Amino acid sequence: MTDDSDFDEQSIIVKCQHGDKHAFGVLVQHYKERAYFCALGIVGVPEAALDLSQDAFVRTWKSIAKIDVLRPFFPWYYRILRNLCFNYQRDTARHARSFSEIGEPTLKAISDPSPDAATLLDRQELHDKVWEGLNALKPHEREIIVLKDIQDLPYKTIAEMLDIPTGTVMSRLFNARQALKKQLERYWHE
Amino acid sequence: MNKSVDNINRERFNILMMGALDNELSFSEKQEFEKLINEYAEFRTDWQEYKQLKEVTQSMKLKSPPDEVWDNYWMNVYNRIERGIAWIVFSIGAVILITYGLFKTVESIIADSQIETIIKIGIIALLGGLVLLVVSVFREKLRIRISDPYKEIKR
Repeated sequence: MTDDSDFDEQSIIVKCQHGDKHAFGVLVQHYKERAYFCALGIVGVPEAALDLSQDAFVRTWKSIAKIDVLRPFFPWYYRILRNLCFNYQRDTARHARSFSEIGEPTLKAISDPSPDAATLLDRQELHDKVWEGLNALKPHEREIIVLKDIQDLPYKTIAEMLDIPTGTVMSRLFNARQALKKQLERYWHE
Repeated sequence: MNKSVDNINRERFNILMMGALDNELSFSEKQEFEKLINEYAEFRTDWQEYKQLKEVTQSMKLKSPPDEVWDNYWMNVYNRIERGIAWIVFSIGAVILITYGLFKTVESIIADSQIETIIKIGIIALLGGLVLLVVSVFREKLRIRISDPYKEIKR
């Protein structure tokens, strides 16, 4: 990702609106990872996430003239991306690959800075269960957890991306986390 | 202090708890949240459970694809954009040539005295119908493209 201090989104979008493909390339390079992981969080298939995130950029380019330069680019792009992702899920009518397959196996330490092997194994098992739990959620529930907890985006950004008020982000997050907690309840109380 | 929780407090607490978990509460909301936590034992239990859940979910990461995927990412987008333009140019060329071909065919059929009139009428009607169908479909697509708010959604 480009250094944020060098990244003047508004002037880049204006250049894009004048047909400058190189400027659009800068925009794509800046957001490609976030775009890919957002798509992956919904569809759960790496190849499809790559394809859909690129397709969404192509569609964005086609309608770049309609973008309001005063508003942030990514929420606008994300609305196109999520439509494509949900359509993909509906059209393919198949379940996403198990999220334990797309999760990073190397775990970040949770609270213990120097865990022993047994603790690491427990954590791995816990993470596997959480991926399974995420996999069992509805796409909308999984989406908001991925945006908040895995992508670590602020509520304001999520609200813009989903085109909903911040309060709704909070209530959707609660419902999603409650559903995930229910999925994990059995494991949690063992 | 163990008070029973009413629905209004429960809903409000759920929202505040999310904000507290994600560090998104204002000062006054923080105070409101702490007051509810101190007042209701049930809320304290929930808070601990959701904190534990958040601790795990925020420590999870999605696998990143290999570096070459990132290296080629923009080129793939660029190629798709160019391919789109190429298709438009190709389609325009095809439409011009097909139209010209049809025109010449009709012209030669009309000029050919060996073909019976009824066959001439049949062929012209067939081609005329085909052109009308193409125009009708094209017009409908164009209208949807201009007025449909859900045009980004694949049908």
